[in-house]
Amino acid sequence: MHTPQFRPLDVEAIREDFPIFATTPPLAFLDNAASTQTPRPVVEAMDAYYDTYRSNIHRGIYRISEEATEQHELAREKVARLINAPRTRQVIFTRNTTESINLVAYSWGSENIREGDEIVLTIMEHHSNLVPWQLLAQRTGAKLRFLEVTDEGLLDFTQLRDLLTEKTKLVAIGHVSNVLGSINPIQSIIVEAHTVGAKVVVDAAQSVPHFQVDVQQLDCDFLAFSGHKMCGPTGIGVLYGKSELLEEMPPFLGGGSMIRSVDRDVSSYAELPAKFEAGTPSIAEAIGLGHAVDYITQANLAALQVHEQELLKYAHQRLEQIEGITLYGPAPHQKAGVISFNMEGIHPHDVAGILDTHGIAVRAGHHCAQPLMKRLDVIATVRASFYLYNTIEDVDRLYEGLCRAQKLMTRRKA
Amino acid sequence: MNIYQEELLDHYENPSNYGTLPNPHISHEEDNPLCGDRIRIDLIIEDDIIKEVRFSGHGCTISQAAASMLTEEIEGKTLAEAKQLTKDDILDMIGIPLGPVRLKCALLALKVLKAGAYGIHAWPGEEDE
Ligand SMILES: Cc1ncc(COP(=O)(O)O)c(C=O)c1O
Repeated sequence: MHTPQFRPLDVEAIREDFPIFATTPPLAFLDNAASTQTPRPVVEAMDAYYDTYRSNIHRGIYRISEEATEQHELAREKVARLINAPRTRQVIFTRNTTESINLVAYSWGSENIREGDEIVLTIMEHHSNLVPWQLLAQRTGAKLRFLEVTDEGLLDFTQLRDLLTEKTKLVAIGHVSNVLGSINPIQSIIVEAHTVGAKVVVDAAQSVPHFQVDVQQLDCDFLAFSGHKMCGPTGIGVLYGKSELLEEMPPFLGGGSMIRSVDRDVSSYAELPAKFEAGTPSIAEAIGLGHAVDYITQANLAALQVHEQELLKYAHQRLEQIEGITLYGPAPHQKAGVISFNMEGIHPHDVAGILDTHGIAVRAGHHCAQPLMKRLDVIATVRASFYLYNTIEDVDRLYEGLCRAQKLMTRRKA
Repeated sequence: MNIYQEELLDHYENPSNYGTLPNPHISHEEDNPLCGDRIRIDLIIEDDIIKEVRFSGHGCTISQAAASMLTEEIEGKTLAEAKQLTKDDILDMIGIPLGPVRLKCALLALKVLKAGAYGIHAWPGEEDE
């Protein structure tokens, strides 16, 4: 994994870019799987747009509108390079992962899914990669089928061959589980899916922020992710699609920007990517995302991954020492940046609430993955998730906070 | 100020009126699907007065402590008085500010009480939910 020019993360320098960590003691922010913090360069790039060239894009025939258009499109190029998309126009800007997946479900789905067709999902999907397919199945009479999860928190690969048949038209799968952190073997799943002629949608919300994802190497048909989980602002997300699919698909939303010409009764549509970007987009947010891509690639994604692995291994070691704790999901080397657990006799909300009183932010709940919660036979879990600015001290504080929670909540029970 | 202060923890660890009643006049149960907290409240009513109340269920400190405090509050009151209780009354009992997520936990018992007292269909609902 260590290439010759490998340079570890300079976490101290990175933290200086995030004013939110300037307090004493610093905020231990361990809810990165939900949304990450935003570094100064990203905020400054958005400020520069508002302060010096604020205008709408694409149609303005004046200098600052042209600059806004250029910066907006430069962001698209940066995203395309990040995921190694063959052409920049294959990067569609949306609001978030959820909207990207819905775009595919409505536009591609309504043209290509018929009664009796099957859509294969896994039971560890985030609701945003489940509910759009449920709605599509209800509209069309298609059937959903599910790949199960083993007790180790990995996909049950043995089932795959049985699930994939000539009826399978689509496989929609998360690259990394937002609850278990499991990195799914999507490369092999994509190969298998393609042998039966199915298309594959990858929910990359938890992978693109954490390691190098190459859409050409994966050969996925669609890939979706969100800017706000990778140092970018909220309100901007990405859908990548193969050119021939995007070209064939009907528009998702109709309106300005997505048309070539409009008559009273019919219109013809713009080229990619405009066809799927109706209305005034999130301009500052796209520019911010472009700078977030710069930020994480300059920090170096390989170094980021090594750093998260260290934190994760250390967190496993420490948390396993706590009596009555249950950790969910596979071993650290099989996952990315997430550790989910429960403490015996303490409700997850209370664990998170007590940690909060010590300046530690974690998430407690079903994490928008209720089918997985049912499989794990829990109502909720506590989840700590890491990013490039987290430190070993953050993990130590998590450990100490959990010990305090345990003392507080079990003090008189005998 | 801290959610995890003595009084709340006392209610959580040694809740008042915990349990069920054999032949309640009113019994209602609901859960909060966001976190799985579940509360049931049983009431014995005589001459419109709440003679006996029990709650049962499971959940976080806030939902269980709020239920315990609520049952103390309504025992001996008329059903009409119980129906008048509001979100602010619960917040007063808890005595500390709560964020929006924990607020839902705190108000679960009140929701169960009102839905039970009004009958689920007759209850006009909380304006703030
Ligand atoms: C795996 C996964 N998919 C999808 C989403 C949805 O992302 P968003 O809310 O940005 O649409 C999330 C995050 O919440 C996620 O973790």
